[in-house]
Amino acid sequence: MKFSLGKLLLPLYTVLALIFLMVPIVYTFVFSFNDSLKSNITWRGFTFDKWLNVCQVQNGAVCEAFGNSVLIGVVATVAATTLGTMIAIALVRYRFRFRSQTSLLLFLPMATPEVVLGAGLAAQFLSLGVPKDMVTIILAHTMFCISFVVVTVKARVASLDPALEEAGRDLYGSATQVFARITFPLLLPGILAAALLSFALSFDDFIITNFNSGAVTTFPKYIYVSAARGIPAEANVIASAVFILALVLVVTAQVSRAAKEKRLAKQG
Amino acid sequence: MAFAAFSTSTTAPEPAPRRKSPIALLLLLPGILYLVLFFLAPLVSLLLTSFQAPSEFGDVGQYSYAFRWENYVDVITAYWPHIMRSFGYALIATVLALVFSYPLAYFIGVKARPWPLLQSLMLVLVIAPFFISFLLRTLAWKQLLSDESFVITSLKALSLLAPDAHFTGTAFAVIFGLTYNFIPFMTLPLYTTLERLDLRYLEAGSDLYARPFDVFRKITIPLSMPGIVAGTLLTFIPAAGDYINASRDFLGGPDTQMIGNVIEANFLVLQNYPAAAALSIILMSVILVIVSIYVKRSGTEELL
Repeated sequence: MKFSLGKLLLPLYTVLALIFLMVPIVYTFVFSFNDSLKSNITWRGFTFDKWLNVCQVQNGAVCEAFGNSVLIGVVATVAATTLGTMIAIALVRYRFRFRSQTSLLLFLPMATPEVVLGAGLAAQFLSLGVPKDMVTIILAHTMFCISFVVVTVKARVASLDPALEEAGRDLYGSATQVFARITFPLLLPGILAAALLSFALSFDDFIITNFNSGAVTTFPKYIYVSAARGIPAEANVIASAVFILALVLVVTAQVSRAAKEKRLAKQG
Repeated sequence: MAFAAFSTSTTAPEPAPRRKSPIALLLLLPGILYLVLFFLAPLVSLLLTSFQAPSEFGDVGQYSYAFRWENYVDVITAYWPHIMRSFGYALIATVLALVFSYPLAYFIGVKARPWPLLQSLMLVLVIAPFFISFLLRTLAWKQLLSDESFVITSLKALSLLAPDAHFTGTAFAVIFGLTYNFIPFMTLPLYTTLERLDLRYLEAGSDLYARPFDVFRKITIPLSMPGIVAGTLLTFIPAAGDYINASRDFLGGPDTQMIGNVIEANFLVLQNYPAAAALSIILMSVILVIVSIYVKRSGTEELL
């Protein structure tokens, strides 16, 4: 093959672009090992201390915020995944009136700027006299996660081969049996992907949370509030740990899927 | 749409015919009711709040229902620069993100096709910024590009930057932050369409003696239009409403405040709820106009 500079340009650009995307991630990770005092801006030397004593700074404020975020994320994810999966199945499988209006209602929350969603809910809670706390945050997060769950699960329902369910019915499986033994297990990867996505969205949400949290501090809100006076390196520790966990999960899923496809290709 | 890239993209079998059944209602009702209560009702409540008048007793944060449309005149005259700035910054960031993402998505979606594992690992790197806190990655850029930082001091030492130049606190920094933070929203939908691009059309073009540039302009670009439209929408909307990048504690300064900053300040600090609500309705209306043009192009079924 003839060597040409033009052919190398695009791969080179891709590598540089991906490195550019990684820059703040690497920075955050490196500064989690900084032997910093109150704020974590200048490099003062390498230490493992921050990783080993995450919860000791500011009487555990970082960890409390992290715990709140995890709790909110889990509850909102369970609620949104349940509601969203039901809608996704209905959209693909059934005919019903007001179909286009339903699609629009599901699409609009994704097309609405977060600041509008946040201010709208806050205005509603204000006029109803609802105090803002953990519950209002969970209600808000569930709302914006539903649409993303529908999109993700819908793709999976649409790719389901109806012949498999027909086979189940032909073999005298009841409707519940067919759903529990065939439909649900086949949908599970899509449902899990949707749950992961909505947990990630909830965990990292700041704007909507800021409008509806009252005195409750989540992890992103903790960072926002501390930004003016300096963020302790412990926040970098938590963010880095979450990043590594998410990366391992996603890469494992991708690699095992690739391996499975290879196996299937060999058999076929 | 955009997040199709997260799910497995196997070829769909013949879809089952859609049936009519009362089960559909049972499946739809809880979720739809939830969205009506916690998405539609808040929008109505925002609209009502935007017309509220200060209460007669003149207490801060106390308002009563009215039809005070002057609220809109007030916020538009007071915050006209912020409104224009928001849409201006968002537009520039969207264009920059498109220019940055297109070659990247093209390489992953077209050139890397023979290596599926490499493809998916590169995609993981594209979405990796999502896994680290949005606020922390913005602060990382702030610290990397502050006046005392290595990057800025070396640029000044090389005389590539004027000695009194600043980066953080400028419009340039805010646009940079917006572009960086929303690049994955642009790259993913571009990748999904480019990955399905039928290369035989490109071959046909060059067989007919089209120059590579003409093939790109007349075949590749039009065929990837769905991805371009989805990506620009998904980047523009959050960028226009964002107030983290423009915030003074992050990449912005006093002269870079956007509509989101003003909404936040009016709602959470000044307790001027009608002003915050009116600004939100203005932002939402502009976005809805853009979205409805998009809906006209592709129909509601294509939205999800």
